[in-house]
Amino acid sequence: MLKDITLGQYYPVRSFVHELDPRVKILLTVAFIVAVFVGGSLWAAIPITLFIIGAAKAANLPLKLLLKGIKPLRVILIFTFVLNLFFTPGDTVLLQAWKVRVTREGLTTACRFSLRLVFLVTGASLLTLTTQPVALTDGMERLMRPLAKIGFPAHELAMMMSIALRFIPTLLEEADKIMKAQMARGADFESGNLIQRAKAMVPLLVPLFVSAFRRAGDLAMAMEARCYHGGQGRTRLRVLKVGKNDYIACAVMALLIAAAAVVG
Amino acid sequence: MEEFILRVENVSYAYEEGAGMAVQDMNLAFRPGEMTAVLGHNGSGKSTLAKLLNGLYTPTVGKVTVCGMDTALDEHTWQIRQSAGLVFQNPDNQLVASIVRDDVAFGLENIGVPSAEMPGRIEDALRDVGMLDFIDRAPHMLSGGQKQRIAIAGILAMRPRALILDEATAMLDPKGRREVFSVVERLNREQGITVVWITHFMEEAARCRRVIVMDQGKCVMDGTPAEVFTQAERLRAMRLDVPPMVALGDLLRARGLRIPREAMDIESMAREVLACR
Repeated sequence: MLKDITLGQYYPVRSFVHELDPRVKILLTVAFIVAVFVGGSLWAAIPITLFIIGAAKAANLPLKLLLKGIKPLRVILIFTFVLNLFFTPGDTVLLQAWKVRVTREGLTTACRFSLRLVFLVTGASLLTLTTQPVALTDGMERLMRPLAKIGFPAHELAMMMSIALRFIPTLLEEADKIMKAQMARGADFESGNLIQRAKAMVPLLVPLFVSAFRRAGDLAMAMEARCYHGGQGRTRLRVLKVGKNDYIACAVMALLIAAAAVVG
Repeated sequence: MEEFILRVENVSYAYEEGAGMAVQDMNLAFRPGEMTAVLGHNGSGKSTLAKLLNGLYTPTVGKVTVCGMDTALDEHTWQIRQSAGLVFQNPDNQLVASIVRDDVAFGLENIGVPSAEMPGRIEDALRDVGMLDFIDRAPHMLSGGQKQRIAIAGILAMRPRALILDEATAMLDPKGRREVFSVVERLNREQGITVVWITHFMEEAARCRRVIVMDQGKCVMDGTPAEVFTQAERLRAMRLDVPPMVALGDLLRARGLRIPREAMDIESMAREVLACR
C-alpha cells in the first residue's frame, strides 16, 4: 500500500531542459507563473500552450506525462469551472434554463481560471520532471543564500530538505514493516469508518515516531563524526554554472511574458 | 612517523556527572597499520571507546590523542575527525544523501575540499570498497552490506589514517558481514590504514592481529588472538565465547592431536587437521 507513493517524479533523460542550471530553472518557473497571470484575456493561453508544448519537446518529455500531473486536480478544476460559469455577473446571456443562466463573461472567466490552474500545475511539473531533487535543493540553497545575511537559515533549510528526501523511503519501509507486524497480531487498518481507521493508526505512528527520533540522534552523531559543522566553509560537489543555454532559456521566457502581455 | 596513531592515557568517561563510569582508567595505544579487534559484552564500554577515539566524546579524566592531537582541544576537532573516521552500527542512519555520489561527497564538502578535486576522490573511495558501479544509485535500494561499504567510502574519501568501526557488521546478514570485513581487511593490508574493529563476533576478532577485551569499562585482556582465546574460562566469565575453531582446537588437543593454537579460522584448521593424518 505504502509502496504506491512515488517520490519526486524526476524523468531521467538527457535534454536541453534537464541540463539547465537548477537555479535558472527555479527562477524560470517563477517567471512562468508571472506569464500565466499577465495575460488577462483568453488569447494569452495560446502562446503559453505553445510554450509548454515546445518546452516538453526540448525536455524530451512525452506530453502525456506532463498532463498526468493534472489528474489529481480534476475535482478542483471542475469545481472552479462550474462556480465561475454560473456565478460570474454578466450581461450577454448565452443560455438560460429556469434560474440558472450562463453568460458570455461567465464562460470566459471559467475557461480562463481553469486554464490558469492547468498551466500552473504543468509549469511546476516541468520543473520537477526535469530536475533531480538533489539539484533542486542545491539550487534553492544557493538562491536563498543572499537571505542568509539577514539571518535566514538557507543552508539549514536545504540540508533539512535533502535529509527528508533521503529518509522518506526509509521511513515508509519502516511503516510498512510495523504495519505488517501489527496486522500479524490482529490489528485492523482497513475496515471501519474514518474515525476508527484514524484510531487504528495510533499504534502505527507511536513506534514510527520513536524510531524516527532514534534515527535522528544517530544521524546527527554520524554527521558530526564526518566533520559536519554547518554551512560555514563548506564546499560543494556540484558546481552550478550559468551557461549559454541558460541565457537562451531566459530569452525564450522573456519573449513568452512579452507575448502574453501583448496579446492579453 | 609517530609511534602511535591513537593513544588513550588514563582515560575515564562518565555520561553524566555522578553517573557510573562507562570507561574506567583505560590505557591503550594503537600503532600505525595495526588491525585490532575490540571485544566485549553489551555495556562493556566499547561504543564509548569508539566515540572517545575520534573526539565525539572528550574524556572526563585523562587524555586521548589522535596523531598527537589532543581531542579535548577545540582547534583540533575537525582534523581529528578527519584522521580517525568512525563507522557506526546502523547502515541506514549514517547515510545523509539520497544518491551514493553525494553521500560520499558529504565529508569532503564539510572539510572544504575544492569542488574540482572531489569527483576523483569519490571515485577512488568507491573503487576501494568495490562500489564504483553504484555511484548513481539511491542508498535505500542497496543491501545492508552495500550501505555499510558506502559509509566506509564516505570516510575513506577524507583520507583518514585510522578507521574505527563500531559494530559495523552487527546488523548485517552473514554475506554482508563477510563483504564488509574483507573490505576493511584489505584496506588495512594494502593502504596501511589503522583499524579498530569493535565487534562481538569472535570469528572476526580471530582474524585480527591484536585483540582487546573490555569488561565493565576496563580493558581486561590485550594480546594476539592466540593469547586471548586460549583463556577460554576467563572469556566465559565475561559472557564471551571463544571462536568455534578455537574451541574445536582445544577439543582436538585434549584428544592428543597436535594442532597449533594459531589455527583459528576454518581454512587453517582444515589445513592442520589434514596435516595430522
